[in-house]
Amino acid sequence: MKLRKRRKGILSRLLRALFFRKVTAKIGIYGPPNAGKTTLANRIIHTFVDENEDIGVSTEVPHETRRAVRREGVLIDLKSKSEQNPYLNANPDSNVTSTTEQKPRAGKSKLKLDIVDTPGLATKIDFHDFMAFGLEEKEAKKRAKEATEGVIEAIKWLDDIDGVLLLMDATEDPYTQTNIVIIGNLEARSIPMIVVANKMDLAEAAPQRIADAFPQHTVIPISALKGDNMGELYREMTRRFR
Amino acid sequence: MEIKMDLISEDKINSMGSTEKLRFILDGVKSGNIVILEGGLTSEEQMKLIELTMTEVSDDFPGIEISGYQAKRSFFNLRRKPRLTVIGPAKVMRTIKKDKDLISAVVSAV
Repeated sequence: MKLRKRRKGILSRLLRALFFRKVTAKIGIYGPPNAGKTTLANRIIHTFVDENEDIGVSTEVPHETRRAVRREGVLIDLKSKSEQNPYLNANPDSNVTSTTEQKPRAGKSKLKLDIVDTPGLATKIDFHDFMAFGLEEKEAKKRAKEATEGVIEAIKWLDDIDGVLLLMDATEDPYTQTNIVIIGNLEARSIPMIVVANKMDLAEAAPQRIADAFPQHTVIPISALKGDNMGELYREMTRRFR
Repeated sequence: MEIKMDLISEDKINSMGSTEKLRFILDGVKSGNIVILEGGLTSEEQMKLIELTMTEVSDDFPGIEISGYQAKRSFFNLRRKPRLTVIGPAKVMRTIKKDKDLISAVVSAV
């Protein structure tokens, strides 16, 4: 029964991809809390829509995003932006190798998508963790409750997503169960994904560790905060998500 | 304080339906037990377990700690066979190191 359901899911995706190709792809930004999902979403919006528009607020407090936020109609246009933003093509750290650098392919320059910034996925949410950031107990409990609802919402969105940017913190151990569960689910649903190793600007970042952990997937090291190596990510998105 | 560990055989787990299985695991973990599953849970089941856990998080039960190995691929790389999965209460169990073939966890009484 379960296998039949999964087969049906893969088959319907295949049919949709062949005959009912969407003009706009819904791309979810997934990952654990504090990986930089909202920072990346804001970076994409600033680059291709409006540099004064934010999709959400980024702070060091985990679970700052507790509701999925969708920004429709983002046009990734590499040709026009490469002239305006020279950093799109720059990889400031030549020591870092992404898995796509070894196999360059010609990509299309335009992609229209809806960005869905999802709450961080976690297996535990303890209100005490919020109190460590200075929140009062009542506020911490409220935030914890909202965060649990956010996790459920992020999981539900997987049923309605066409592609995923799976964000990992390059300074952290990539072998977390959350990462493994997300990747396993995306593989089972045949949802295309790009693994994004964020925070490559930090000295302790080791994006190669992520590439070693998940060799079957494309891993792109970036700094969403500084804008490092974003051009390579955009190029891979236009190849993978069209 | 003693901590109980339940080692569940693959046959026992396979005899249960999907919802029954997750309920059985979560009830065990909420009682303070560490549940070890021979054969493990698939990624989809683990995601459903996370979803179910989130509906039951409270001041006393902040959630679960879950660890397992990546599924083994078989049958022309198409079928993914899960392996061992360990699930415990987040208050009691904490994974300290994990890589492809090793899981180190500490279990401490509250």
